[in-house]
Amino acid sequence: MDLITVNIDGRDVAVPKGTNMIEAARLLGIDVPHYCYHPKLTVAGNCRMCLVEMGTLAADPATKAPVMDPATGKQRVNWVPRPAIACATSAQPGLHIRTTTPMVRDCREGVMEFLLINHPLDCPICDQAGECKLQEQSTGYGRGYSRYVEHKNVKPKRTQLGPRVTLDDERCILCSRCVRFCKEIVKDDVLGFADRGSYSTLTCYPGRRLENDYSLNTVDICPVGALTSTDFRFKMRVWFLKQTNGIDTGSSVGANTVVWSREGAVYRVTPRRNDAVNDTWMADSGRILYKEVRAHGRLGTIRVNGAESALEFAVRAAAGILAKGGAAVVGSGRSSVEEQFLSRKLCDALGARASLVSRVGKGDGLLVSADRNPNVRGALVTGLVAALPSATLESLGAQIDSGQVTAVVSIGEDLAAAGLSAAQLARVSIVYLGTHANATSAAARVVIPTLTLFEKSGTLVNQQFRIQKFAKAVPGVAGATDDLLALARLTAAVGGPVLAEDVGPLWTQIAAEVPALGAVSFARIPDTGLLLDGTPWAGLPFAEGPTLHFVPAAPAPKEARP
Amino acid sequence: MAVIQVQRRALTLVERTYFPQLMGAMFTTLKHLLGPADTMEYPEQRPAIPAGYRGVPTLVKDPNGREKCVSCQLCEFVCPPKAIRITPGSVPEGAGIDQVEKAPQAFDIDMLRCIYCGLCEEVCPEEAIFLQNQYSMSGYSRSEMVNHKDRLYELGGTFPDRHFKWDVKKAAEARGGGHD
Repeated sequence: MDLITVNIDGRDVAVPKGTNMIEAARLLGIDVPHYCYHPKLTVAGNCRMCLVEMGTLAADPATKAPVMDPATGKQRVNWVPRPAIACATSAQPGLHIRTTTPMVRDCREGVMEFLLINHPLDCPICDQAGECKLQEQSTGYGRGYSRYVEHKNVKPKRTQLGPRVTLDDERCILCSRCVRFCKEIVKDDVLGFADRGSYSTLTCYPGRRLENDYSLNTVDICPVGALTSTDFRFKMRVWFLKQTNGIDTGSSVGANTVVWSREGAVYRVTPRRNDAVNDTWMADSGRILYKEVRAHGRLGTIRVNGAESALEFAVRAAAGILAKGGAAVVGSGRSSVEEQFLSRKLCDALGARASLVSRVGKGDGLLVSADRNPNVRGALVTGLVAALPSATLESLGAQIDSGQVTAVVSIGEDLAAAGLSAAQLARVSIVYLGTHANATSAAARVVIPTLTLFEKSGTLVNQQFRIQKFAKAVPGVAGATDDLLALARLTAAVGGPVLAEDVGPLWTQIAAEVPALGAVSFARIPDTGLLLDGTPWAGLPFAEGPTLHFVPAAPAPKEARP
Repeated sequence: MAVIQVQRRALTLVERTYFPQLMGAMFTTLKHLLGPADTMEYPEQRPAIPAGYRGVPTLVKDPNGREKCVSCQLCEFVCPPKAIRITPGSVPEGAGIDQVEKAPQAFDIDMLRCIYCGLCEEVCPEEAIFLQNQYSMSGYSRSEMVNHKDRLYELGGTFPDRHFKWDVKKAAEARGGGHD
């Protein structure tokens, strides 16, 4: 890479050619305040907040010889008398900028005063309060009182831009981040500014709505409280919320997320920057998944033959059912790597073969891939399955019909939804470990309620074979058992090895037994994930098409796989 | 350090009768019996509450009868003993105060936790919470000692307003532009 040296506030820093000065300053830990600039969008340069002083090394116009400063013995710097915006100034050799001079401070204070002229005093009712760039900068560069004697603008306060986004036009500072996001990232150019001057308002194209699957990213990138999430609106102030790293389980993209929770309740899910996976975006469909934690039908009672029981008895009853032979295990592409490892151990102990249920939809080419299971590759890596799963459990159904299989352990999969008939379900004894009530839990002999991904820690392997960690955001609901505990106890009860019941100790066993994860330890997986070697599975016909930062190894077959 | 032994002075004859001390004590008693009382007959009599007294925190309404709290939850945040608990909500459409947008769904102050510090009153951006004259809180159970929203408004009553911020805003909306 071509590194060139620029000088910021008297300190030299080497940056790639073309880096803009906000990013260069960030490398030195210098904050250049900005609103319209976003690292993943084009530069618009309309907020003027990032004004800095710029200078270049002096050279004689005729001879191009450097002009030396006799006082310092170094080449003189010609400072441009007017300020320049840092976001649109790209690094070039010898570029000097200053961010702390009185002129820069004056610029910032002036820009802030103009931005706040028409800004309503909505902070007590504004959802952005606490993470608002306007609030942050006004503590540093605000005047503290208003010199404006005219009336403030009145604009629409509750425009429904789409099903998930509410716009407060008065708060908008016209930075155009949302407009650029829709145009450049989603290619759904619905937003724009109408009218001129102080009448400018953000609007949708007539007859269109902001209803693409990425609309809530505009809420995230809005530096003020203009675009708000209709779901999160007036629910909780952000300073109460605890942030936990998570992974979007909507598809095999595995977008990195932050789960915002307070006192055991999840309030929202936002994307976390990972330049190798999802940049700073995530799909709207992944943001509502937190609702499953408190959803109706959540299982909260361990049951054996319909009667309330305790884990010890349920495990003993399940082991009794499975000991008769003819057992099959239905694993899940939604389970974590750790659970899939334990599922494999359970299969080994039972001498059973595991089946998985695939969920294939249509990928959108951005952050929702065709494979809606977040962790099919984890099942391949841990050795739970050797081939890609099919959409229905036809072979298992045939085995049930022939009487080969008399007991099924389902780990979070609804067997009825996976193509087994009610008659087939009635013919076998079912042990169900899952989060929500469904036809399988109703038909099961033993039901052990387990945790959703928001209530436990673990790892998932995404379509790039990148293993990514997620952390427990909220405690599990009353009555639910940790999946790892239930699986480890069940494995031990059916005569398998004694396995660890916690993620940390379990990983020593995983690293020892799974070749692809031999060099991995849970604690050392970075927040941005760790790329595994996927070549052993390169020949499999994976369903995913190209998405952001992912190009499939081989073109996906056109016809649907059986 | 050396210990110095001090010899107690021997009492005189008059002192040994204890009579002067008895008379002195009787005089003090008589003085208070006839002078003004230092105590009061509580609860029939109540003390005058000085201005700025920090009693039970209450919620107040503005002269139009609108609840001033917009559930910004700053008091909940600042409360040192975590006595305040707010469930934010939105103002129902068509209530005539749509411009406020936000109001508390539930507002609980646990008076067993409250330390009467007054930080909630100090932090409130809408001048909606005040520590008023009420100083005696009692109840038979823990739940009785939690003041809910309706009780807080009952205790708080109506306060004069200098700004009518939201009325100004509504008027500006009605004429289609320009508020202060």
